[in-house]
Amino acid sequence: MEEIVNLFHGFAVVLQPYNIMLMFVGILLGVIIGVLPGLGGANGVAILLPLTFSMSPTSAIIMLSCIYWGALFGGAITSILFNIPGEPWSVATTFDGHPMAQKGQAGEALTAAFTSSFVGALFAVILITLVAPLVAKFALQFGPAEKFAVFFLAFCSFIGMGKEPPFKTVASMMIGFALAAVGLDSMTGQLRLTFGFTEFLNGFDFLIAVIGLFGIGEILLTMEEGLSFKGRAAGINPRVVLQTWRELPRYWMTSLRSCVIGCWMGISPAGATPASFMSYGIAKRTSKNGDKFGTGEIEGVVAPETAAHAAGTAALLPMLSLGVPGSPTAAVLLGGLLIWGLQPGPLLFVEQKDFVWGLIASMYLGNIVGLIVVLTCVPLFAAILRIPFSIIAPIILVMCAIGAYTVHNSTFDVVMMLVFGVIGYVLKKCNYPLAPMVLAIVLGDKAEEAFRQSLLGSQGGLGVFFSNGLVGSIMSLGLIALFWPLIQRTWTRLRPAPAA
Amino acid sequence: MTDTSHAAASGPRHRAVELGVAIAMIAFGALVMYGSLQVGIGWGAEGPKSGFFPFYLGVLIILSSVMNLVTATTLDPQQIFADWSQLLSVLSVVVPTAIYVVAVPWTGIYAASLVLIAVFMTWLGRYSVAMSAAVSIGTIVAIYLMFEKWFLVPLPKGPIEDFFAL
Repeated sequence: MEEIVNLFHGFAVVLQPYNIMLMFVGILLGVIIGVLPGLGGANGVAILLPLTFSMSPTSAIIMLSCIYWGALFGGAITSILFNIPGEPWSVATTFDGHPMAQKGQAGEALTAAFTSSFVGALFAVILITLVAPLVAKFALQFGPAEKFAVFFLAFCSFIGMGKEPPFKTVASMMIGFALAAVGLDSMTGQLRLTFGFTEFLNGFDFLIAVIGLFGIGEILLTMEEGLSFKGRAAGINPRVVLQTWRELPRYWMTSLRSCVIGCWMGISPAGATPASFMSYGIAKRTSKNGDKFGTGEIEGVVAPETAAHAAGTAALLPMLSLGVPGSPTAAVLLGGLLIWGLQPGPLLFVEQKDFVWGLIASMYLGNIVGLIVVLTCVPLFAAILRIPFSIIAPIILVMCAIGAYTVHNSTFDVVMMLVFGVIGYVLKKCNYPLAPMVLAIVLGDKAEEAFRQSLLGSQGGLGVFFSNGLVGSIMSLGLIALFWPLIQRTWTRLRPAPAA
Repeated sequence: MTDTSHAAASGPRHRAVELGVAIAMIAFGALVMYGSLQVGIGWGAEGPKSGFFPFYLGVLIILSSVMNLVTATTLDPQQIFADWSQLLSVLSVVVPTAIYVVAVPWTGIYAASLVLIAVFMTWLGRYSVAMSAAVSIGTIVAIYLMFEKWFLVPLPKGPIEDFFAL
């Protein structure tokens, strides 16, 4: 078992005191990011990415991925105590989590949420440990056509599986690709779409887009809604934790199902948010207490939290093995790899063993550290949320500006950040999904390169994307994902309705 | 949340904004196609020319935006995007931030941030000057220590930072 040896080597890397410290720092920052409105996983990681420029890639990824785990944990705190989802994927947690807190069971709800998150993440990390090396080995044989087919599949699943109107997803995604195309064309060395502005020579950096669209856009949305925090006290003590832990194994079936849903949705880039809703919905339909869901059922906290965390973690599987991130945060991490001089994709498993296995080992340890940190520090984090928004908002604005500036040491980027922020606010209000746009900005160059190289090989014939069984089946899967809503509708129409 | 049934709630109509967004996207798509045509969308010596891929992106942007435009016309014409008071609070963030991002190249990030946080707190949060000063100074000192000292990332500085020889 070469993988097990590599994994233990990874643990040795992670267990260096410096990396352990970064892990704690990352988790703490991550939970704070998850708790604060207007700061989410993706733009939190984007803002803090420049801090890691001087670190070794392995230490950097440990800190950044721990910020991500922390943000995943943190979202649950605000959902349960304040009925405000700190992150989109914790919306489903508010349905039963907040009623539990209102009944005075905040401690139980929080313990259930954190533990479920941990279980979901653990399941996904084990999956990554076992599957990612195999996928990477397989993907090493991919030519440009296969590479493009994987991108095609990823983007089609966004269109077909997302809950936003498909044409809005297409528009948002294509704008992302177009923004990625601005500037120097890496294949011919020609400038394009700059219209004579020297500022656009290097194109649009996706980090600026992430900070603007998600960070500034969120703050504007929060301002519009005029948040007032009415929180519940966070009573969590060892007795409550142990009591809840005794109760949780009863929901093993819900847990397992949510893990599977989460991993599936995380690997296909549908992401953590739909995973949490889907898992909650299915748990509600199948549970014997289904009709009590929404009034404070612990199972209604277990299901979405497990799925969200499993999805958030599983999103790193395609990022590591194929170079295709499963979520905006995974996309930011992928951008980090490029900045640190690593080439994301299957070759990582061959050339950067320390890095890959250090990251995977840090996922195991990071989630354990995360569980301990959140269980012990809940009152502290709840206190952070009680700081009024008129203090938090300008500080977040300043942090976003600094984050945007430090990417390229350019003050023009800070202006672009605000432009993206206003665009993000309007698009979000009009129900345009932002994640596909960000992913398209990140992957645009690579997708285009794969596309053009394939066409170069075939002298322009599109048949190259169906020229062999492998590329053909990936493309077909993509087409199925693309037209999934239509297929589903036809299917239900053709099938006679079952007697209810 | 916007109250759609309330007749007194006034603000820009949601449908108008949706239509505007779709039209803006069509214009953007056209711009992308135009830019692609400038660099060539055909087949060159080294394969597809630079404009080849973006040209079809432009086509797709226009096609999908036209669909969105058609859908938007069927929206409830009474529903509002946000009422004016909500937009006012959004603008109360956008305007100071716009001034801030324009000021940063001249003043440096520390001085501009100090003013932004302090103005925000006294104006929107109605905090006392002492409290605002304490929080804003505390924040920029923390940022200075974290970025310049701990992680060694230099931030833009202006005459005021130079005066303090930071």
